[in-house]
Amino acid sequence: MSRAILRVLLCLLAGVFAPAQAEDTYRQQMKGLDEQVQEVKSDVLSIAAELNQLRERLLYPSDTHLAVFVALARGETLRLDAVQIKIDGQPVANYLYSFKELEALQKGGVQRIYTGNIATGEHDIEISLNGKLANGKDHTHIEHFAFTKAVKPKLMGLTLAGPDSGQPAVSIGDW
Amino acid sequence: MARSRHVLLSFALAASLAATAVSAGDLKDLYFGEAIFEAAQGRYFEALERLDAELAQHRRVDEPERDSLHYHRATAEFDVGDFELDYRMHHRAGRAIKAVLEANVDDVIRNEAAFRLARIHFQKDQPEDALHALERIHGKVPEAIRDDIEFLRANVYLALGRPADAVPVLTKLQGAQGLRGFAAYNLGIALLQAGHSPEALHQLEQAGQIASRDPATAAIRDKSNMVLGRMMLESARFDRAQQSFDRVRLDGPYSNQALLSAGWADASAGNFERALVPWRILIDRDTTDSAVQEARLALPFAYGKLNVYGRAALFYGQALDSFGGELEKLDASIRSIREGNFLKALVREEIHQDKNWVVRLRTLPDAPETFYLTTLMASHDFQTALHNYLDLEDLRRKLVTWQGSFDAFDDLIRLRRANYEPLLPEIDAQFRELDSQMKLRVEQRDHLRKRLKDILTAPRPELLATTDERIALERIRSVEKAIAGVPEEQRAGVQESVQRLKGVLIWTLRTEYPERLTQAYKNLQALQQHIDVLTAQYAAFVRTRQAAVHSYAGYDDLISRLRTHVGSALEQVDMLKARQGALIETVAIDELEARAERLETYQSQARYAVADSYDRATKAQAEAAGALP
Repeated sequence: MSRAILRVLLCLLAGVFAPAQAEDTYRQQMKGLDEQVQEVKSDVLSIAAELNQLRERLLYPSDTHLAVFVALARGETLRLDAVQIKIDGQPVANYLYSFKELEALQKGGVQRIYTGNIATGEHDIEISLNGKLANGKDHTHIEHFAFTKAVKPKLMGLTLAGPDSGQPAVSIGDW
Repeated sequence: MARSRHVLLSFALAASLAATAVSAGDLKDLYFGEAIFEAAQGRYFEALERLDAELAQHRRVDEPERDSLHYHRATAEFDVGDFELDYRMHHRAGRAIKAVLEANVDDVIRNEAAFRLARIHFQKDQPEDALHALERIHGKVPEAIRDDIEFLRANVYLALGRPADAVPVLTKLQGAQGLRGFAAYNLGIALLQAGHSPEALHQLEQAGQIASRDPATAAIRDKSNMVLGRMMLESARFDRAQQSFDRVRLDGPYSNQALLSAGWADASAGNFERALVPWRILIDRDTTDSAVQEARLALPFAYGKLNVYGRAALFYGQALDSFGGELEKLDASIRSIREGNFLKALVREEIHQDKNWVVRLRTLPDAPETFYLTTLMASHDFQTALHNYLDLEDLRRKLVTWQGSFDAFDDLIRLRRANYEPLLPEIDAQFRELDSQMKLRVEQRDHLRKRLKDILTAPRPELLATTDERIALERIRSVEKAIAGVPEEQRAGVQESVQRLKGVLIWTLRTEYPERLTQAYKNLQALQQHIDVLTAQYAAFVRTRQAAVHSYAGYDDLISRLRTHVGSALEQVDMLKARQGALIETVAIDELEARAERLETYQSQARYAVADSYDRATKAQAEAAGALP
């Protein structure tokens, strides 16, 4: 092979292999901006924390605060499509799950499905869930629980499971 | 070279860490679970918001072991670091993990914390700190991360320019299942940098032949073959270069480069006919790819070398047409970016639905400016800039929403104040009356309780007399007093009657004393129950009264402060977003202009070559005609 061809090809290949990145000056500018972006993210997170506390105090005072969370039982294969919640017969939440949300639940995530206010005393919660089982069959389940709202905030965790799991369809837990 | 080395190492590390997924066992803390839920959907701001608050609260409690987060504390501290990294907050990442390291925890947790801290330092481009963190690992090491620790150690050595130290570490990792390909490739690079070229080539040869269907391993295998092939090409060992390029998958990310290079390996060996094969495949691929564009010139170049000038001229002509079209596309893209369309395309919601949104940008309709930017967009710095731009847009939306909510809060507070303030004076007056009555009753109850207690130690049956009995006793005492002054003979009959009556009463009081005492206790208990109900009502009233006031009082300063913070953060975000956007546009335009410049060079080469090929074709035709009898 002639040296000329080799020069040409190495020239061309240099184009292929050269890292397609911004010039050093741009990189420096991007780095500087990145640091400022990190600072502003930190500031906004602090604001969010304060704002959340304010929102909670203002909208959900502790003596009436009720929050309902949904989780899937460990290793659950039920493909959850929707969950409806009624408290004392009144619908308070109706949620349709995206694939990403379902995946997040399967990874051990817990979804806050409802936050609201309720008087202290005895109440009733109705949970209805719709989904598909591993064999493709539709699955629907409705369950009622009585619960007591005391003076402190009430955090109620619902763990959902399909009929094949051998676990209760809805387990309720207090936190 | 240093830059590309870093990219290669980062790639390998990122791939190895991809297996570290968010997981939760038996959940004890709902807010921690909520953070996992958000993070698993890529919503790291929300995840951090939840977990930061939960961890802060956990640190404030007097008895942390009774807090629900206690069970997940180490995982939560680790996760917060991961979320911060995922949210590109490298400055903050590691703070929480350092806290675990400083705490009194067992070896397994401390070592995992040290590993995670080292990983964060490495990702922050601080290899010295990463090594320092790795040196803190001693004692029992969790089995699941043992190989990852060593792989990270080797990468840190490489980043520190100590390839000789990396070699033995990577050699031991060659059997590690989760690191197949990466450990082999990095060992090849380490040997190369340590100056052991023959061993490096042998190692890259092995790395280039690892059988795996795992996409990440297959990609690193392709990368090994590309590096090896290029080295062989540079040292004019064309056959071995050819073998390496041939091993690169035809549908992988390095496919176009491999086809182009394979052609050049053949051409360099003087085998132009064989070079035609990969280049012909290549010219039918995506015309914006730089390898494809080069192939459009290389293919007629090979035909020329084979003296097939007519075909060479034809392909040069096609290349000219293609380059012209692409240059127009580039011009349109540059114009479009200058009009702000690239940034508009970036913030389009539908493209952020999956992790490969950068790749999906190419498929966006009405966004031609993205076609030429795939390579640029794949670079780490540019991706960080794009992500930052999107994060800033997300922050801006949040801040605008929050800004709006302050007015709603003000309204809410105003309405509550208007509702409660006129009612409270009357309610307070009624309450004061009720309060004094209640205090009186409670005092009476206390008095009765005391009296009963006293009776238990010193029985006084008369204290348990009924009202009638008390009246009768009083009367008897009056009569006794009245007859005291009467001469004895006159009062004898009366006194006897009085004594008898008194005796009957005392008899009744004494004999019924146990039953009466029991009944008195029962009555006291019944009273206590009423008082309990009353106390509960009292407490409920006090709480409701306080809640009423708390629902509108004491927020003004906080809201005013938050309003100012949100306003200034919004200004800052807007300013940074504008600067970040301008920088992205400038870099993108530079990239497009560089591509256009290169295409113009190709175009002028093709113009010259097409004319030359036609001349040669005509000349060859004439020679052929002249050679005819």
